Amino acid sequence: MAKASVGAGTPASIPALLARNVAQFGSKPAYREKEFGIWQTWTWAEAAEEINAIALGLLALGVERGDHVAVIGRNRPALYWSMVAAQKAGAVPVPLYQDAVAEEMAYVLEHCGARFVITGDQEQVDKVIEVQEKVHQIEHIIYQDARGLRKYDHAKLHALADVQAEGRAAHERLEGELAAREAELHTDSTCVMLYTSGTTGKPKGVVLSNQNIIETSKASSEFDHLDPHDEVLAYLPMAWVGDFIFSIGQAYWTGFCVNCPESADTMMTDLREIGPTYYFAPPRVFENLLTSVMIRMEDAGAFKRRMFHYFLDHAKTVGPKLLDGESVGGMDRLKYALGNLMVIGPLKNTLGMSRIRVGYTAGEAIGPEIFDFYRALGINLKQLYGQTEASVFITQQPDNEVRPDTVGVPSPGVEIRIDDSGEVYYRSPGVFVEYYKNAESTASTKDAEGWVATGDAGFIEPDTGHLRIIDRAKDVGKMADGRLFAPKYVENKLKFFPNILEAVVFGSGRETCTAFINIDLTAVGNWAERNNIAYASYQELAGHPQVLDTIQSHVEEVNRSVAQDEMLSGCQIHRFLVLHKELDADDGELTRTRKVRRRIIEEKFQDLIDALYSGKPEQYTETEVTYEDGRKGKISATLEIRDAATVSAQAPEKVAAE
Amino acid sequence: MKDLSQDGYTTEDGRKIGGVVMEMRNITLRFGGVVAIKDISFDIREGEIRAIIGPNGAGKSSMLNVISGFYHPQEGEVWYRGERRKPMKPYQVARQGIARTFQNIALFDGMSVLDNIMTGRINQMSASFFDQAFWWGKAQREEVENREKAEEIIDFLEIQHIRKTPVGRLPYGLKKRVELARALVAEPSILLLDEPMAGMNVEEKEDMSRFILDVNDEFGTTTVLIEHDMGVVMDLSDRVVVMDYGQKIGDGTPDEVRNNPQVIDAYLGVSHD
Repeated sequence: MAKASVGAGTPASIPALLARNVAQFGSKPAYREKEFGIWQTWTWAEAAEEINAIALGLLALGVERGDHVAVIGRNRPALYWSMVAAQKAGAVPVPLYQDAVAEEMAYVLEHCGARFVITGDQEQVDKVIEVQEKVHQIEHIIYQDARGLRKYDHAKLHALADVQAEGRAAHERLEGELAAREAELHTDSTCVMLYTSGTTGKPKGVVLSNQNIIETSKASSEFDHLDPHDEVLAYLPMAWVGDFIFSIGQAYWTGFCVNCPESADTMMTDLREIGPTYYFAPPRVFENLLTSVMIRMEDAGAFKRRMFHYFLDHAKTVGPKLLDGESVGGMDRLKYALGNLMVIGPLKNTLGMSRIRVGYTAGEAIGPEIFDFYRALGINLKQLYGQTEASVFITQQPDNEVRPDTVGVPSPGVEIRIDDSGEVYYRSPGVFVEYYKNAESTASTKDAEGWVATGDAGFIEPDTGHLRIIDRAKDVGKMADGRLFAPKYVENKLKFFPNILEAVVFGSGRETCTAFINIDLTAVGNWAERNNIAYASYQELAGHPQVLDTIQSHVEEVNRSVAQDEMLSGCQIHRFLVLHKELDADDGELTRTRKVRRRIIEEKFQDLIDALYSGKPEQYTETEVTYEDGRKGKISATLEIRDAATVSAQAPEKVAAE
Repeated sequence: MKDLSQDGYTTEDGRKIGGVVMEMRNITLRFGGVVAIKDISFDIREGEIRAIIGPNGAGKSSMLNVISGFYHPQEGEVWYRGERRKPMKPYQVARQGIARTFQNIALFDGMSVLDNIMTGRINQMSASFFDQAFWWGKAQREEVENREKAEEIIDFLEIQHIRKTPVGRLPYGLKKRVELARALVAEPSILLLDEPMAGMNVEEKEDMSRFILDVNDEFGTTTVLIEHDMGVVMDLSDRVVVMDYGQKIGDGTPDEVRNNPQVIDAYLGVSHD
């Protein structure tokens, strides 16, 4: 596709898109939020009025051009409005992860130099106040939910409603200034700054321009034929680039409605009530959903269970074909229709997926069984591959070409190149402007011609043109004997078992591979209940001999499957242990988007890794843990280390080609 | 030191505590030959969190029942909002604006959380039988009002996710919270909590403490609570009454009570070295 640019006539900024939407679909719902048990709706015209009031209020408080305005909280319309209002006032919104602890927040707030912070509730205000003791530049904190904040010192603290009221009151005085600032926004001005989750090192502030966001939203909306009647549920962290693109970029470009759940706990009910037509979720959400469906079916009566499996098995063979428009026999169609009536339709309804036209998953590899399950239900689930630096989209799967093992073809306007070392590079209109205050990293990531290194190793399938990702480029290593080591490849295979939540594989520069395993408490806990195995804690269940037996059988199955791949047969797991604690972002072991931070885990559990390679049958260890409120504690355990059977490669060992 | 005059005082964290709402004067309560409460006097002030503590069988729950008006003491006087209280019929007890939760949860297991909470509004309903039967006129208006109030409380106590769940299916900690919701929805002027944290784990206790503080902060509700967990009591309450064998052995701020040797002896059981 030709490289389109935002030409004359197309709105140049998000506030300009807002004005266009008010003119085009002023009375159509733009935002919904469930509050007090009822879905409250704001039309585009109403939303624009609210946004205008916030923007005027911000001006009254003294927001300057180019200021960074931090936004922290769960997905609520008022916070989305705040971001657009900040843009209107000439400032740059910086959404932060709401579950970040104060220390993590301190770094980002200090780095971006935010003078204004807009928060959701007391929890966030408390953290910002804590940060403020060290980072003195924060001048005003604005909150939406007043609960618990009555007694606070309000010298620097403002309720969002008051800010809006002040803005409305000062309407005459500030309207001119606001209009002037809005008129100054052009395609190259900064739209938003998003911090990367920081798999390695400190988070980096990715500066995205209006052009990046609008071009990408336009191209991707057209790719999937999104229209103003689509509905999305906004439930993913606002600090994540995906949410910004879906809930602001694409929503403003196409004019569809963004729905915010009542609370994190009611997500599933709200999903059902809204029935989104366009849905995005990381693989973890799909996995958890599948696990819970399967567990509930285990508990169902024998007749229902048999009916479920009978029709699901049939749907697995027929469903994907129907989705891809392949020919299916009349009898099979009839049976699928019957299954749809009795099992699949009701199941989709329960999951809140009856109306999904387009569903995406990204961020991590998704298990083929999981992928097939949703495709079998007739849900058009596709994969995409992207990064913050690309304004999300690098590749995505077109309808009818969906496969679990690839991430699709380049998105419209994106060029892809694989360099000699196997690393994937891309160039697109969505490529970020720079890393904020970090010219060095910008230069090492983006070259003069605009090519950006993804940090992932992959290759393009010659006959289909689909991109396949192997692993993080810097994680792909060599074992002591020179064989290829791709930890994620093996970890993903392990994680596809419902009992395994997380796995970390070691082996770079070593003779053999070993692994840490995290069990999935939902799945294993249910199994324990069914078998009358009592346990008091995660730790106890994780150390149960029968659990270890099960995990061992999973590991051995993975070994057999890995052995079939000549190139990666060296990555079979010789020894493993089940960790005594769940890997957690609060302890720094995972990123906020729940990706494994390998280096930190290696350092933290050095004693366990040593034990894995020394051949000891068990190892005593103590680990520091951080509780939700930031306090620290210690847990100790003696972990059993098991040997897993491996399959020796049939052919004489060859040095793997890269 | 606090100014305990009729005008009330201001707490360290800046809350205004008002005048005396209820005063107990030399209360004695007997069940046949058993003396449950012996000659106890204390007062409750507008907007404060007042705790009653004591070992098992000290007479705490009986005291709560005297406060609510469910028991009428044989001797002594209860003054509530400037009036001396006379023996009351149960419906009169219910209409005084004193709501409570129970030590052993008293909810309707088969009903949803929302319906349970709505029962707390029963005293605010005055539509006729006919209107109610046909959901007509006043009955309809009232229901909308009551539902609005109920939703406010649901939002406040963060129990949206179990709104439609039958209470019988809920874990213990959540049932306690639903009970608190039902008490709150009646918009009480005094809220009585009988062991709100009994049988809870640390996290549930922390949640509950936060809710009690928030309720007091947000609605200014005067709260009287009985509790075994000393840590919770000392953190939450403005003033504490200590009971032992039906008698009052201490009364004052948490710090005063903590350092009272009689209290230490009777309740904490720490030996004097």
